[in-house]
Amino acid sequence: MEPIITVRNLQKSFGAHKVLTDINVDIHSREVVVVIGPSGSGKSTFLRCLNLLEQPQEGEIIIEGVSLLSKDTKINDIRRDVGMVFQQFNLFPHKKVIENIMLAPVQVRKWPEEQARRKALELLQKVGLSEKAEAYPASLSGGQAQRVAIARALAMEPKIMLFDEPTSALDPEMVGEVLAVMKDLAREGMTMVVVTHEMGFAREVGDRVIFMEQGQIVEEGRPEQLFGSPSHERTREFLSKVL
Amino acid sequence: MDFRFDIIVHYLPVLLKGTLFTIGVSIVSIIFGSILGLGLGLGKMAPKAYLRWPFHSYINFFRGTPLYVQILIVHFGLIPPIYGKTNALITAFVALSLNSAAYSAEIFRAGIQSIDPGQREAALSLGMTKGQAMRFIILPQAIKRMVPAFGNEFIVLVKDSSLLALVAAPEIMYWSNTMKGQYLRIWEPYLTAAVIYFILTYSLSKLLNYIERRV
Repeated sequence: MEPIITVRNLQKSFGAHKVLTDINVDIHSREVVVVIGPSGSGKSTFLRCLNLLEQPQEGEIIIEGVSLLSKDTKINDIRRDVGMVFQQFNLFPHKKVIENIMLAPVQVRKWPEEQARRKALELLQKVGLSEKAEAYPASLSGGQAQRVAIARALAMEPKIMLFDEPTSALDPEMVGEVLAVMKDLAREGMTMVVVTHEMGFAREVGDRVIFMEQGQIVEEGRPEQLFGSPSHERTREFLSKVL
Repeated sequence: MDFRFDIIVHYLPVLLKGTLFTIGVSIVSIIFGSILGLGLGLGKMAPKAYLRWPFHSYINFFRGTPLYVQILIVHFGLIPPIYGKTNALITAFVALSLNSAAYSAEIFRAGIQSIDPGQREAALSLGMTKGQAMRFIILPQAIKRMVPAFGNEFIVLVKDSSLLALVAAPEIMYWSNTMKGQYLRIWEPYLTAAVIYFILTYSLSKLLNYIERRV
């Protein structure tokens, strides 16, 4: 089967600093890929290249058969189908929770208000926050905010979800509620790319784990293989520090 | 020292008209200045240096030269070739709007850049265009932060409009000067003008405090 995401020879530098070197990945539909690695390893940059929040210098990214870096590609059209969840939630503070979720379906997908509202309420129920529909983001806990952010991304009915360290800014007691929502999503068959430090999540939910260091993919494999018997010294070293 | 209230009373009707002129020209200039300023501010944030350059130059020119000089250039240089002759009213609106635009541009730029880049990224990641992200996400938040700066700009504009007396625009200072010329008195015309400006700017700052609390 054709992969839903194909990345070939991806190169990215910030000035003289090389952040990504020759990244090659295939991700299939319904697959949950977890990217781990030390900070500064380029894993977030890699993820942000997948919806072009970062512009790579070289290489190719193909999502559902469309080349992102081709001149004819309208990146907005791709981004509709690729949801993203950020470390800092990035909810819109001037809008109520329900408006945060409805905005993109109404403005981008041109759904009627009613349809968008129904979808938003349905998603709020799914993430367990129905009672917060009329609240403003400032009144939410970190865990609640991140669940709203997930609902906001899902409202666009994306085919792929990107998670950029979704639990790193949370108090420890709130990590669980966010991971639970992500596990549900994985179970429903969402294609997910998750950058995280949650090794438990990687092991339990990941179909594949990618270990990155210094802008390169050092090793990838099934979680039990990568965690159980990593084949590279650098992977072993990293895992011994975090596990 | 005798203080002749009678000449103030005599001039009160025209001073009142002058006050309305000052208020009118300030309001129109802050509105046109803001609209033009938004364009200039966005232009100054353009990704390429050669695109930023014209906006940069405009802002530098209008912030770096005295309004006094700008009024003279507009009045005697800019307006006659377009309008056919000089016109104090047109000069008033054009000079103050162009000047205010330069300051508004910086207010917009600073306000927009004060918004966390994550807000823009979240909007773009949902498929919004840059324009939609600006309109629905960045500007509504940025404008709240700009209110105090715009208030200051408005107050400065009211006071600076006094320079328009230079080209005989019928505002407060123009009538005060006339009053001084007619009666050869110093304190009555200028103190009256000062009091009127103070009442204007003080009420304005009170109003702005109220607006700031509301938004």
